[in-house]
Amino acid sequence: MSTSGAKFKAGDRVQVRLEDRRGHIRTPWYIRGKTGWVERIHGEFLNPESLGHGGDGLPKKVLYLVAFQQGDVWQRYDVKRDKLLVDIFEHWLEPAN
Amino acid sequence: MMRGHHDIGGLPGAGPIDQSQHELSDWEILADAINQALGAKGIRRTDELRRVREEMESGAYHDMSYYERWIASMETILIEKKILTRDEIDRKLAEFEKKWGEP
Amino acid sequence: MRVDHSVDQSNDAHGHEHPKHELSAVARRVYAIRELLLEKGLLTEHDIRCQIEYQEARSPANGAKIVARAWIDPAYKARLIADPKAACLELGIDATSINEFVVLENTEKVRHMVVCTLCSCYPRPILGRPPDWYKSFNYRQRSVNDPRGVMREFGLIPPDDVEVRVHDSTADIRYLVLPVRPQGTEHLSATELEKLVTRDSMIGVMNALPAVPKIA
Repeated sequence: MSTSGAKFKAGDRVQVRLEDRRGHIRTPWYIRGKTGWVERIHGEFLNPESLGHGGDGLPKKVLYLVAFQQGDVWQRYDVKRDKLLVDIFEHWLEPAN
Repeated sequence: MMRGHHDIGGLPGAGPIDQSQHELSDWEILADAINQALGAKGIRRTDELRRVREEMESGAYHDMSYYERWIASMETILIEKKILTRDEIDRKLAEFEKKWGEP
Repeated sequence: MRVDHSVDQSNDAHGHEHPKHELSAVARRVYAIRELLLEKGLLTEHDIRCQIEYQEARSPANGAKIVARAWIDPAYKARLIADPKAACLELGIDATSINEFVVLENTEKVRHMVVCTLCSCYPRPILGRPPDWYKSFNYRQRSVNDPRGVMREFGLIPPDDVEVRVHDSTADIRYLVLPVRPQGTEHLSATELEKLVTRDSMIGVMNALPAVPKIA
């Protein structure tokens, strides 16, 4: 699935912003600053950070399924092949090297 | 940096998972239904409720049961939107408590 | 004429009835809130009853129907993965209130598990209400960094050459796990297969139930 105007495509390596933003944030703390790759583009959705405070959620933001090696997220994780997948909005992602 | 008290993925110290299931009480089914009905009518958005829960005082969040949290956040959002007042709810509850009585 | 909603003559809830004076300080407030919302015309008794019935009509049986059909019919499975909401409607299951629905197919080499660490998002239109354990702090904390430990507690031990993929449903996407069809079930009908599909296998902490061996 592709969304015209999506900044990233499947396979792109991305890093989650390491940021402490106020408000209703749906990017979990444990994944901030971590690097993974785009698995799927889910499409455009209303922005929860706006909806949470009574806003209309516009403009819609692109939502991605981002995959991470478990070993890259936690200090200790024993099984190399396991993955962690999180639904993350475009404005929380930056290109990774 | 402030991690929300609800943002608990990966936090250490979690124990075994209690797999028991409690049968829902009348008040829980009612809380669930009122909450969904408010959503269906567009009176509140899911993210508003979540935000209210996140802003809850951390002790309260962890001490309340799941549906108690829903009732508390539902009340907060209704007051925030000036649909109800705390005072009204307190007074109505006091009326009911007179009828419910104590054994 | 003003109806007294504090007395449960309506029986619009069918749960465990507590004497109301025994309810906690927070729990009892729901009755006051209900009465005020009804008085102000924001909700009606009908609105509330509809939600209760809607919820009661949703159970893991819906998911089991979908899974069993996908096991039996490869073309259906393909449609399910491509467009889960449309495939649900084919079976009379209404998932339209889910914003975006994704089916995660387990294979011999991949096992999926679903959690919502931030609250308790769950595919309610398909599976009904989530179990208490899914909403628990321990599940929300441990699923992401110790999924195999969680699975072990449910009796599932994938070998190391099987990939475990945990999905944290942080946004509007709702996930349903399509468990692996148990071996030796080729002779079973869809109805019999449905009995093997447990709620927990569609969350991903367990496999589907094994087939009962046929007595020759």
